[in-house]
Amino acid sequence: MSRVVVVDAGMATTVQDLGRPGWQRHGVTPGGAVDTPALRLANLLAGNAEGAAGLEVTLAGPTLRFASESLVALTGADCGATVDGEAAPRWRPLRLAAGATLTMGAARTGCRAYLAVAGGIAVPRVLGGRGTHAVAGFGGMNGRALRSGDILKCGPPSAWARRLAATLAGPGSMTAAHWEVSADARPHYEASPTVRVMRGPQWSLFDGDAHERIQGEAFAVTAKSDRMGIRLEPTDSARAALAARGRPELLSEGVATGAVQVTPDGRLIVLLADRQTIGGYPKIAHVATVDLPLLAQTRPGDMIRFRDVSVEEAQELWLAYEQRLATVRHGIALHAG
Amino acid sequence: MKITPLGDAAALVTLADNLDPGVVAAGQALADALERDPIPGYLECVPANASVTVFYDPVRLVGKDGGSPWKRVVRWIEARAAASSAPVREVVERRVLIPVCYGGDEGPDLETVAAVHGLAAAEVAERHCAADYYVSAIGFTPGFPYLAGLPEGLHTPRRTSPRTVVPAGSVAIGGGHTGIYPQGTPGGWHLIGRTPLRLFNPQARPPALLQVGDRVRFRPITVVEFRAASSSP
Repeated sequence: MSRVVVVDAGMATTVQDLGRPGWQRHGVTPGGAVDTPALRLANLLAGNAEGAAGLEVTLAGPTLRFASESLVALTGADCGATVDGEAAPRWRPLRLAAGATLTMGAARTGCRAYLAVAGGIAVPRVLGGRGTHAVAGFGGMNGRALRSGDILKCGPPSAWARRLAATLAGPGSMTAAHWEVSADARPHYEASPTVRVMRGPQWSLFDGDAHERIQGEAFAVTAKSDRMGIRLEPTDSARAALAARGRPELLSEGVATGAVQVTPDGRLIVLLADRQTIGGYPKIAHVATVDLPLLAQTRPGDMIRFRDVSVEEAQELWLAYEQRLATVRHGIALHAG
Repeated sequence: MKITPLGDAAALVTLADNLDPGVVAAGQALADALERDPIPGYLECVPANASVTVFYDPVRLVGKDGGSPWKRVVRWIEARAAASSAPVREVVERRVLIPVCYGGDEGPDLETVAAVHGLAAAEVAERHCAADYYVSAIGFTPGFPYLAGLPEGLHTPRRTSPRTVVPAGSVAIGGGHTGIYPQGTPGGWHLIGRTPLRLFNPQARPPALLQVGDRVRFRPITVVEFRAASSSP
């Protein structure tokens, strides 16, 4: 079982997989990586099942020392990663020598980077998932973010990973594969994205002015954003249009990732992976699942706009994405012969 | 019954505008019916108050006759709802008794709540445990029960500034609900007591002590009993 030593934990680095669905009735958030395509691709590049546990790195990354030779992959935001001082590219497999140190710095663009190690991070499954449930303190590394001094254990690499690592054998600290996931197959990121949304269940509780603001204005990502949700600040006049003026208080109902909630003071919260399972704020819109990676990569100060799409279109876009990922999966599988 | 999309991977079924035990039972019955006869791609559902949210994977519902995944989900829910409209839910109602140590260190806000309503602290405790409650929703954190049935004379607006950490097991009042904090988390409700029971254990099946529809009552215990119960494994 190979070990990875956390020399420096970085700002908010957590063990995440694709979540633990199936327990929301008990109040357990599904959680998992905020940028799921990025984690899935990182895992494929490391020869893992797409849902293996990896690391989600937020804004400022960790420094990790690999005790034994490892096959790894980096995706998501560009954190200027280096291995023993040499630039480590994203979106392709990397062979790291025993004793190599991977240093991830501040994200130059985007917000969240993902690191997959061949064999996956070996932490116990809790309620079907290996991700970190920070609020209830379970999952991942003991229910918390990584700390300096932590030791991560990894499972056995797949046969594909072993074959690929053999082709990347060499004297240096790192050998990068000569191929990568092409740009058009990666999640689409943008500095100030326009995000596709469907109407939310409480759309009709808002008036025409509020509808126009949602469809026409830009909203600023605030520093209060985290894995539970993106907090957006409207302009003063948009906030006034969205604020509760005699709107009835709602009974709480089950919510879903991507819901655009409106608080009584007219601010927006777009729910992400660590959201609560139920909520009482009205939901004016809902982000299409294919556009969640855009949100996952926003940082405080970014501006977000919304664009209307139907449920049917959103589902067609989702299917098209899965078909593209299937092609990538086949392509990656071929690379180790 | 209204069925609206909640994004591209969930459906919100709204059964009524108001909360009552009958609506909660209807939500349970619908959730059970969906679980028993799921559509391909069905993931889970969350009954809460007067609604049921149904989660599905639309990729599993593509490519067959019958339109978009969303339309197929709607037809499935409508069919199960029609089939489950038999009035009586067959599962026996669960009744749970929660021991609570009221006031003192375990209920630092009991006096505050008492003062708001012009009552003695002991009266607040008496009225709280004289009532019958039912779980109308589980959420906020794993295992946290929202209990309906709090006597109107005890309804108390939440604290203006929440605590950063509430002791696990704290029994609380917020607005028109009473609830129990399963974990030490931030909390904005008034803490009137504490139970030694564990509301959530991720290793247990089911992991939460309470579920929507459960009938709940509280019974007072002493500090000595609370400490004894808390220290035993």
